[in-house]
Amino acid sequence: MNSGRFLAIILGTATVALIVVGTVWPVPSAIAMADSGSGLLRLSLTPEAAVQNLANEIGGRAWEKAYSSLANKSEFTELEFERDLVGTYPSLRTYSVLESSDLQPLHASADDAQVRLKLRWSSVVGTFLDTRDLRVVRAGDRWSVQWPIVNESRVPPQVIPVNYLRWDVIYRGAEDDWGSQDVEAPHVRIVDMHPVDRAAGVVIMGELLNEDVVPAFVTVKATLLAKNGTTLATEDSFDKISHVLLPKQVTPFLIAFHNVALSEVDSVHMDPSATLIAASADPLIEIEDQRFNPAPGASLSGKIRNQSGQVVNVAHVLGTFYDKNGQLIWVADQYVDRALLPQTPAPFSIPLPADIAAKVSSERAITATYSSGRFQ
Amino acid sequence: MKLTLTFLLGGLTLAAMPFALAQSGSMLLPVAAEADSAISIQSVGSGKAILYVVGPGQVLRRNVQLGETTFFGPGELYNAGHYVAVLVGDSSTESGGFDVIAAQPATLSFLAKPSRLPVDLPDGISGVVYVFDKFQNLVLAPTPVSFQLSGLADTAGTRTAVTRNGVAWTKMNSAAKEGAVQFVARVGDAVGTRVIQQVPGDPCHLRMSAKPLGQRLAVETEPVRDCRGNALPDGTIVTFTETYDGGASTVDVPIKRGIAQTDMPAYGGAKISVAMGVFVGNEIRWGNER
Repeated sequence: MNSGRFLAIILGTATVALIVVGTVWPVPSAIAMADSGSGLLRLSLTPEAAVQNLANEIGGRAWEKAYSSLANKSEFTELEFERDLVGTYPSLRTYSVLESSDLQPLHASADDAQVRLKLRWSSVVGTFLDTRDLRVVRAGDRWSVQWPIVNESRVPPQVIPVNYLRWDVIYRGAEDDWGSQDVEAPHVRIVDMHPVDRAAGVVIMGELLNEDVVPAFVTVKATLLAKNGTTLATEDSFDKISHVLLPKQVTPFLIAFHNVALSEVDSVHMDPSATLIAASADPLIEIEDQRFNPAPGASLSGKIRNQSGQVVNVAHVLGTFYDKNGQLIWVADQYVDRALLPQTPAPFSIPLPADIAAKVSSERAITATYSSGRFQ
Repeated sequence: MKLTLTFLLGGLTLAAMPFALAQSGSMLLPVAAEADSAISIQSVGSGKAILYVVGPGQVLRRNVQLGETTFFGPGELYNAGHYVAVLVGDSSTESGGFDVIAAQPATLSFLAKPSRLPVDLPDGISGVVYVFDKFQNLVLAPTPVSFQLSGLADTAGTRTAVTRNGVAWTKMNSAAKEGAVQFVARVGDAVGTRVIQQVPGDPCHLRMSAKPLGQRLAVETEPVRDCRGNALPDGTIVTFTETYDGGASTVDVPIKRGIAQTDMPAYGGAKISVAMGVFVGNEIRWGNER
């Protein structure tokens, strides 16, 4: 009986001790799960702690708490702060979650400090980085962040006439007689294909042309065959392609096979497929100031401008890179994380490997877009 | 002893039955009949019997008087195939077979492919016809089928093919002029019509020009046509690329009312090129080097 009571006392004491330890020194995952409660968990007694708390509140989408902790909140509203981070219009930012955040102290004095905050957002098409240099100021024994607000540009009220084409399709019905015609699938053709051996595996890239007069939804599937004819692997291009191809439009594609060496491959079977779909020639996207930036940090940068009148929620830029012989050597892409407003340029930067960058002689970029509320 | 006698008599009766049939009745059957025609089956003998006619997908039953003729009206035996007639009398059963073949062609199934193709393509259009009678029996007898392309000035053309095992096919050229044509297959009064869209082919030439538009540059193509003079359809993508001072601008523009036009940044010394798919057009250099 006595030993049971002793065990109960031990367990109770250990529980209380662990609660105290977890509250005073919480692990990062606990902070993230605590739904922005980090203000309770950690006081902003240092510039880094203030920025970390803010990052945690942003990660928990506790906009009110994050906004109230800012030193310069009188300069903008809470809504503007929220829109700075997740966008005004639905975009990749709207549907992404904060995967992680990194702090990098840049400068510190007794009353103010400079901290670089890197917010790594995770979306369905990968991660993107939002880097902000924050000024942190001391107020009493606490530190507060001055948020460098970036207001999204607004498009003035106007009417933009758009009369680009749209293709509608009437398919064959189930009640049609046997032998009745159906609409013909678009004719597409692979105009270039090039396998490359990379450290991570085999990469097959190429270009696909819609040689028809109707829009096509395209995919490319590749099958690697061994010398004995067996199938090594089958993959498709997933999002490394512009799936909607208008007449005579060309898209690059890239198919990655992980853990397969090119030496094992005897032949490659390519299977492009095309489906006739309803589509619109709108919106028209111009890629301007496109520049190739050599290594280090090689990239293809530029700006995309939506020449149409509708908001583009997700824009995808695909870059095709050629060597001096005009041979395709790489395909890379980047999503623009903010919605693309009419007539408003948005920057993009497509990174590419340093070894590839050294061989690049020319490049080409195309865009694929998605607008919510549109059928395409 | 009594039981043994019964079995013996029964066995003798069964053994004697074929003789009884041959003697008491037989049928005169048609060798072959068309599905739409009337047929008659003549029986001989006397007495009453039941005539069963069993064929693909149907069974007919008639009470008959042996020695008389049983008629089946036009269309009663409508499925082509092999039929078996079984005459069941009081003391005998007799059977025989005959064929019902498809009636005259009445409908056709017409497969035309493709429904869309470029102009001026030899043997680009294929047509396949299956000929059926009014009961949807495949007509196996060789039947001439006329294929005709019509609707455009230079597309008039007719070919005739004879069916083999119920199927006839042909290949025809697409016309030099774009547009929709009627592809008609005809067997007697049976007609099948399909529409074939003939679309322009690849561009024959692609030329553009540029002029200043405020701070920018307006570029536009001449009307884009294929080598047969057909205008490429609106919506076809034309790519303008401007390279300047280490940078570039690109825009994919759909053709509208026969031409593609857009505006691009105006940089002195910029080189502007135009392309459509893998077809490259002319190149112009704008203004002076900066």
